[in-house]
Amino acid sequence: MSFFFEVLITGLLVGVMYALVALGFALIFKASDVFNMAQGDMSLLAGLALVGFLQMNFPLWLALICTLAVMVILAYITVFVILRPLVARPPLMLFMATFGLAYLIQGIGQSIWGTDAKGLELGIPDKSFDVAGVFFSSFDLTFAGIAVVLLILLVWFFQKTRTGRALRAVSDDHEAALSVGIPLLRAWLVTWIVAGIVAIVAGVAWGTTLGVQFSLSYIALKALPVLIIGGLDSIPGAIIAGLIVGAGENLAEVFLGPYVGGGIQTFFPYLMALVVLYFKPYGLFGKEIIERV
Amino acid sequence: MFYRECGNFKDTYARDMAIFPIPLDRYGFIVMLIVAFLVIPLVASDYWITNIMVPFYCFGLSAIGLNILAGYAGQISIGHAAFMAVGAYASLILYGRYGVPLIPSILGAGVVSAGVGVFFGLPSLKIKGFYLAIATLASQFIIQWLIVHWKWVSGGVFGTVETPNMQIFGWALDTAVKKYYLSLCIVGVLALFAKNLVRGQLGRNWMAIRDMDFAAEIIGVNLYRDKLIAFAVATFYAGVAGSLITFCYYGAANIEEFHVMVSFALMGMIIIGGLGTILGSFLGAGFFVLLPIGINQSMGAFMKVVPSDILSNIETIIFGGLIALFLIVEPFGMARLWQTIKDKLRLWPFPY
Amino acid sequence: MNEKSEPLLRAENISISFGGLKALDDVSLEIYPGEILAIIGPNGAGKTTMLNVINGFYKQDEGRIVFEGKTRPKNMKPNHVAAQGIARTFQNLALFTGMSTLANIMVGRTLKMHSNFLSKALYWRFSQKEEIEHRKAVEWIIDFLQIENIRRTPASMLPYGLRKRVELARALAAEPKLLLLDEPMAGMNLEEKEDIARFVLDANEELGYTIALIEHDMGVVMDICDRIVVLDFGKKIGEGTPEEIKANPAVTKAYLGMAE
Repeated sequence: MSFFFEVLITGLLVGVMYALVALGFALIFKASDVFNMAQGDMSLLAGLALVGFLQMNFPLWLALICTLAVMVILAYITVFVILRPLVARPPLMLFMATFGLAYLIQGIGQSIWGTDAKGLELGIPDKSFDVAGVFFSSFDLTFAGIAVVLLILLVWFFQKTRTGRALRAVSDDHEAALSVGIPLLRAWLVTWIVAGIVAIVAGVAWGTTLGVQFSLSYIALKALPVLIIGGLDSIPGAIIAGLIVGAGENLAEVFLGPYVGGGIQTFFPYLMALVVLYFKPYGLFGKEIIERV
Repeated sequence: MFYRECGNFKDTYARDMAIFPIPLDRYGFIVMLIVAFLVIPLVASDYWITNIMVPFYCFGLSAIGLNILAGYAGQISIGHAAFMAVGAYASLILYGRYGVPLIPSILGAGVVSAGVGVFFGLPSLKIKGFYLAIATLASQFIIQWLIVHWKWVSGGVFGTVETPNMQIFGWALDTAVKKYYLSLCIVGVLALFAKNLVRGQLGRNWMAIRDMDFAAEIIGVNLYRDKLIAFAVATFYAGVAGSLITFCYYGAANIEEFHVMVSFALMGMIIIGGLGTILGSFLGAGFFVLLPIGINQSMGAFMKVVPSDILSNIETIIFGGLIALFLIVEPFGMARLWQTIKDKLRLWPFPY
Repeated sequence: MNEKSEPLLRAENISISFGGLKALDDVSLEIYPGEILAIIGPNGAGKTTMLNVINGFYKQDEGRIVFEGKTRPKNMKPNHVAAQGIARTFQNLALFTGMSTLANIMVGRTLKMHSNFLSKALYWRFSQKEEIEHRKAVEWIIDFLQIENIRRTPASMLPYGLRKRVELARALAAEPKLLLLDEPMAGMNLEEKEDIARFVLDANEELGYTIALIEHDMGVVMDICDRIVVLDFGKKIGEGTPEEIKANPAVTKAYLGMAE
């Protein structure tokens, strides 16, 4: 029985890491109705930058600040060069623009900091300890804690601050927002910077686990089913769905995997997403789009 | 002045609705056909024929499929490459294992792909937009896993199946040029079919679904049926393209050749080439196939040997940059750009 | 118009709610063949909702729709309702923005096209013949509504008034038994309104279409409509000929204004 719990807990903790990436997606979607295909590559960029700065022998705090600066620059370029001309266009076009953005970030990031895999050592303790017969890793717990803090901060941001509320109000009609005088682009800038911070956290979390390399951007693909299950624009949904997917995937791999040849975790989250969509086409907590004829 | 439309009167509706109503277009197309059928096989090297032209035709075909689904019918699909994989393996099983003749194998593979495609297209009846996009991504990963793990399909752990020697009615297709002709003919015919579909009512219904689906339904368009037909056609084309490229270029069916980045590249192709156009599908595919070569040549002017990872980085940057650039400047892609050039030529040298 | 004849469409006791809001409350109305019926009422009265129910786009909570004497199954999909012979224009316009005027109107012929898939792919014989035949029908409508010069213009580039006209053309192209128009003259100047009014009358008198329209311009309504139904807050508060409605105190109070 404790084996089951161990698998469950490991899955939940992995799920937290997925949720971190999904959070970035949900954030940008909620605030600007843009589905950001580049989120995974943003995490990759954050990881590359951080490692790059560390390799230049910057102390950790300085490296983090510089990485933040990189993400801020990225946010500026994204919002003012790429998104601004597309403000009035349909969301599909903005989505495709983030497609292009993903390629750009990947190419530029790797050009500056190289394509080979790098290890990321941050000195986060990785001890495992035993609670009631189940093993926990302090590493995973640290990131779970960070995720919870992030979640609380983001929910507070959107519910309580003026900027957050303004963003929610205008996310579906950009032109209306502009015409009412809401500084849409500045609001977007804030959103993308925050998403950049989330990307840094995700990049660090995954980079220390897997090493920083190109395949980091694939993690985003894992986070997409999380996003669907939670609902594209739901911040708490991203966390809850992350937990569900992480646990589900791990349990399936361990208990079902051996019967069908293994490797289930590559597609199981997607299968879960399809099932959820069948019952709830907008995810568990997503906002339903009502067509007004 | 060169591209004249004056004096070109249509006296029947049939002529007005033809694919190339303007004579210069028609002649241009015939010239292109001559180049494709006669000039290239004679003049181009085997390297060009096998490594550039064949992939160009095959990706063009696949892009047509995706364009029908995403550009015309408005159903975003980012798992298209998986259906190419289905076609690749299906054709190999039909031809190599069961001895079905070559062309029926290739077309049959398309049918198998279409069946799978309709299955994975079912979610489109209930979900839309980005939710649908991610559901299509599900098909990519699920199909990939199935192909690798289902022994009957892949015959082994590594998921690679080599193509047997190709022949039609005993006539062996063993040279690059013969494979080139096979691809060209099949792609050409299917492209014509696609053009006919989209210029007729089905194409209009698809675009109606894309633009205002509730209005389309209220006018009488059967959303369920037409969406599923779009999936069927799109994945049929992907399947045929996958099998063609396997037989005529890769030489072996390898699931790695159809992974998710290829799906993304296909999306990029139709964005750059022009959504909702047949021409655009080929322009985008051509761009994608020629890009690495173009970069190689131009960088080769600066340095003798280009390290492969710098090459791929620059490719990535240019590909992404162009996607963004086209969306901002000319969202309808290269096809619209071409149309604009032709329009300007109508008046040239007069300004207006 | 013959009031003694059977109604073409009868809506019986239609009720529908959205969330907590009751948009239609036990509304019944009839539409007789060959007439022009106006549905009027203040904003939010439920007029568009009523049309949506008639189209099958919304499923009513209670009540039923009887079309040509047959009760309609509640879950009939909108395209099947359309196949029965109901077509419509929309208040906020629903043109297919990625297509030309001609293509938009051709979509209206969808229900009348029957060539199968293979024939379409080959664009051969039957399919081509069908395309030409329907093109002729559409050209007739283009002529009728005088929009020849914008045939090839992409719908997204048309000015507002012409868009409304193209939408009308698209609905006419379906050759419906019942034509529903949702504020066909909204946002137009006097000249444009006269044009549309003339087209509506022509469609009714020359082509024999039965028309139900939602309209706010009382002058137009009184002039061209045979009968009027008045809705307010989801309930029907009056029904009758223009004279009867003008004299109806409930209607004047709610909608027409006290001063006459």
